[in-house]
Amino acid sequence: MTARLWNRKTRAALLILPLALFIGIFFVWPLGIMVKQSVLDDAVLHLLPRTTEAIAGWDRTAPPTEAMQAALIADLRAADDEKAVGDMVRRLNSAQSGYRTLMTKTLSAVAKPETGPLLTDVDKRWAQPAFWIAIADALEPMTDRYLLAAVDLERNKAGEIAGLPDGASANRTIFIRTFWIAAVVTFFCVLIGYPYALLTAASTGITRTILLTAVLLPLWTSLLVRTAAWFILLQEQGLINGFLLSMGAISSPLPLIFNRTGVVIAMTHVLLPLMVLPIYSVLLTIPTNLMPAATSLGAHPLRAFLHVLLPLSLRGVISGALLVFMTAVGYYITPALVGGAGDQMISSVIAFYSTQTANWSMASALGIVLLVITLILYVVYVQLSGRTSVNGRM
Amino acid sequence: MTTKYALRRLGFVSAAVVAIATTPALARDLTIVGWGGATQDAQREAYFKPFAEKEGTKVLEDSWDGGYGVLQSKVSAGTPNWDLVQVEAEELVLGCADGIYEKLDWEQIGPKEDFLDESVSDCGVGALTSSTGLAYDSEKWPDGPKSWADFWDLKKYPGKRALRKGPKYTIEFALLADGVKREELYEVMSTPEGIDRAFKKLEELGPNLIWWEAGAQPIQLLASGEVAMTASYNGRIANVNKKEGKKFVFVWPGNVTATDSWVILKGSENKAAAMKAIAFMSQPEPEVKMAELITYGLPSKKAAAMVPAEISKDLPTDPKNLAEAVPLNIEFWIDNNESLTKRFNAWLAAR
Amino acid sequence: MVDYHIRLDGVTKTFGALRVVDNLRLDIVRGEFLSLLGPSGSGKTTILMMLAGFQDATEGTIYVDGHMINDIPSHRRNMGVVFQSYALFPHMTVAQNVAFPLKMRGVGRAEIDARVNRALDMVQLAALSERRPAQLSGGQQQRVALARALVFEPGVVLMDEPLGALDKQLREQMQLDIRELHGRLGLTIVFVTHDQSEALTMSDRIAVFNKGLIEQIDTPRMIYDHPATRFVAEFIGETNLMEGEIAGREGGEALIRLDSGGMLRVRDRAEFDAGRRVLATVRPEKVELSEAPAAINSIPVAVTDSIYQGDHLRVQLQGPGQRLVARRDRRAAEWTPGAKINATFAPEDCWVIVP
Ligand SMILES: Nc1ncnc2c1ncn2[C@@H]1O[C@H](COP(=O)(O)OP(=O)(O)OP(=O)(O)O)[C@@H](O)[C@H]1O
Ligand SMILES: [Mg+2]
Repeated sequence: MTARLWNRKTRAALLILPLALFIGIFFVWPLGIMVKQSVLDDAVLHLLPRTTEAIAGWDRTAPPTEAMQAALIADLRAADDEKAVGDMVRRLNSAQSGYRTLMTKTLSAVAKPETGPLLTDVDKRWAQPAFWIAIADALEPMTDRYLLAAVDLERNKAGEIAGLPDGASANRTIFIRTFWIAAVVTFFCVLIGYPYALLTAASTGITRTILLTAVLLPLWTSLLVRTAAWFILLQEQGLINGFLLSMGAISSPLPLIFNRTGVVIAMTHVLLPLMVLPIYSVLLTIPTNLMPAATSLGAHPLRAFLHVLLPLSLRGVISGALLVFMTAVGYYITPALVGGAGDQMISSVIAFYSTQTANWSMASALGIVLLVITLILYVVYVQLSGRTSVNGRM
Repeated sequence: MTTKYALRRLGFVSAAVVAIATTPALARDLTIVGWGGATQDAQREAYFKPFAEKEGTKVLEDSWDGGYGVLQSKVSAGTPNWDLVQVEAEELVLGCADGIYEKLDWEQIGPKEDFLDESVSDCGVGALTSSTGLAYDSEKWPDGPKSWADFWDLKKYPGKRALRKGPKYTIEFALLADGVKREELYEVMSTPEGIDRAFKKLEELGPNLIWWEAGAQPIQLLASGEVAMTASYNGRIANVNKKEGKKFVFVWPGNVTATDSWVILKGSENKAAAMKAIAFMSQPEPEVKMAELITYGLPSKKAAAMVPAEISKDLPTDPKNLAEAVPLNIEFWIDNNESLTKRFNAWLAAR
Repeated sequence: MVDYHIRLDGVTKTFGALRVVDNLRLDIVRGEFLSLLGPSGSGKTTILMMLAGFQDATEGTIYVDGHMINDIPSHRRNMGVVFQSYALFPHMTVAQNVAFPLKMRGVGRAEIDARVNRALDMVQLAALSERRPAQLSGGQQQRVALARALVFEPGVVLMDEPLGALDKQLREQMQLDIRELHGRLGLTIVFVTHDQSEALTMSDRIAVFNKGLIEQIDTPRMIYDHPATRFVAEFIGETNLMEGEIAGREGGEALIRLDSGGMLRVRDRAEFDAGRRVLATVRPEKVELSEAPAAINSIPVAVTDSIYQGDHLRVQLQGPGQRLVARRDRRAAEWTPGAKINATFAPEDCWVIVP
């Protein structure tokens, strides 16, 4: 008896093992790395043990002492891992512009035995406290600077959290914009996708196939083809403007591309299938006789829809909206191609830090902030939609 | 219907995965990575195919859009799946300092004096020199703009303008338009006031300024008439004129030149073959062929001397063009790209 | 003035080239329980759909109380409909389901509650009013559907095979319940079924359909005892059919010369000319079996099989040129296969159909 029970349990465990492994390897582990990346700050600490000691008593305003400079030279001479040095330089340069070239110059100087003991002879920038402060600030193994910077905050001299100066960074604006664009796109997807799904579910045969294909098409075409198509449609001399002008509906072309309108149109187009398909599949599960039943019971078709079809299909709308919103939040190439200057989304900032500057810490921090906000919104959404769709559960 | 399709695809993919997993690892052929488009087409004809023929080997190709992080993560992941990569100047300097490229064997390539200064480094040899500058459609403006100051002249040349999204080039062009001399450009840019001045200049264009990100976009924008003028790469302009009979003009005064290089990723399993390929591509003959296919500047001085005049006049490295150019200051951008991009994004967001 | 509640006048329904209902004339009397009976695909549901207003008639007119209702939309026809698969709203409780038609009619809260309770009491589901349909058994769902179709007191209730999904016992219970409700509330019920015994037990009248046409419409007794056509005779219950022709008349009985030889005496309802080709039909339970031949209506047969069926024995017989079936009390003598006997029946148990 117990053996059989154990057997069954083992079998169940074995069944979900691939899933557990998958989640562990492709979700939990990277997430852990991301969290670590965003707070870990040992690139400098590792390589500069002597400097760490020497800089301890420094008051951050006086010129660097000889001991500090000698210690740094010794540390740099001892550093033999090129990649680790690269990480350190990248870390320092992101705190203080100019470190790149300064370090390149300094590293090749300290390679020569005659250099020293003063670094100020190598480059006079070493006399500026700012470059030493950058080192001093990078000696704690853990930091919140990336997470703070992700939301436009920093620690001021007194160590308190304060806003970044105006015009220095716009992550907050871009975060808000990202969620706003995602929300607007979701709204339009519901607006267009719901009737579309109704129509598709109500149709049969070839009509249904055509409708489904039409909505899936954007998923099957490459980004470049799609972009070209939007361009042809939306530009000032494009088809839509041309048509409206020739109809006399407008007197000058509407700005439809390289602005928010273009972004919303394009993203709605691409993401529409993610809205239509869940609604469509939920609609298919609704017995066809419910609407006739409702009308035979005296409900006007509109009221029958509101009381029967709508609540029953809300599940599809809710999951569709979630899919569209979550996907939209991660978009950045489409907004970059059809949007204007003010339509950059947060993922493009993340992409900038990861693929362009290899600032993984900053990329991770932004990613975590994005994840946390998204999770909060998700919880709120589930709460709200849970309440309204209590009736929608079958 | 779609589920079935998806399932079938899933089956196919898992079969493929199993096949890959069970096949013993085969040696990968030399993989060369360029920037795609017309340029890589030209490179294929001028370099890759002749090299493969000569060596009797196979060459695999891939393309990318730049980004130092891409290379860094490829190398730190272990054995990279790319060998020979065309990188921009900053990526060359950064990666060389970080040790993510193999050091080159110049014995195989030739005497360093035979190459332009920008084309010579421990980790890379020049691949091509390109110019970024003002471009317009001469069918629209018979008497077109001649300088960056004209780019800002909304009265004389009404219409939208496009620049590459990001601070690089944009700040240079704004300051040139504002009257900064070419020789003093990076001096001005090194001061906070200079940067403020550039952003203020950008404000002047107001809503008439739009941004592109992919190199193909400015051509599209010009062709459709969406913009009156744009910043663009010289090679793209020449290419579309040749292929599609356009009458676009690339304005040489105030162009910014930058040199791309070939590098070998650290830990490449085809290091020797990659070195051979670099040596081959640095010979004058293939380079001349390259110039015939696409108008980018040649790293080899010997090759430059062999290019016929009517081609040479369109190359960024032509002495006449070079005289009006600003070489991109790599060091400046290595130091300042991250902070200026942050500021640029903030500025865009606030508009 | 009007002597009918619902009248279908020349109603035709076509789907493309397919004539599903063909020029149907049917009067439904107020308060009657009319079953539409017929094989699958004979158009029963289609008629119901046209009555309920879910489908338009291609041709013809439908009257209710003398008013044409062709153009009145479904939600204003005030007919209760019970669907084969119940069509309960899965997102509403039992009480909400039943309240739905009242809510749509703008009935006040308090009255809704009272009437819902009454309706649920009627179908004995008051205790389950807060459950959802998924938490009910098939029979309980069926009763909710019934309560919902009745709660707004419609004059007409249309039911489309409402008991099809129930097991035999429950079905029989529900048949009695519906029958009882019908009597108590004085409803006009149009009841679609293809279960003949259900139609026979429940209906005041049965309309037997075949390919969109009414083969016969009459009381269950008439339909069973005196089927008008071969189709009806074969569709309703089991029957023995014997082909022959009218040989003459004798004392109010027709004489039929069977093709298989022999002569039958039949008490028929109408005059037939001699020489007319007819079918004589006799129900299996009316067939007597005996070793000795009877004076009249006696057909020599051989027993081919004798099957025990619980409450009766089914005896299969091979006569001259045709098969016969007899249904015998199980206490009757058992006939072993191969036994040579005679099948006989009374003239009044036999019926003539013109093919
Ligand atoms: N919407 C439709 N389009 C085309 N043909 C239809 C449609 N609805 C019904 N039919 C056809 O009409 C005929 C009658 O259908 P109906 O549903 O009325 O049959 P029924 O008598 O109710 O059968 P069952 O006992 O199987 O329910 C069938 O042949 C059916 O295929
Ligand atoms: Mg039916």
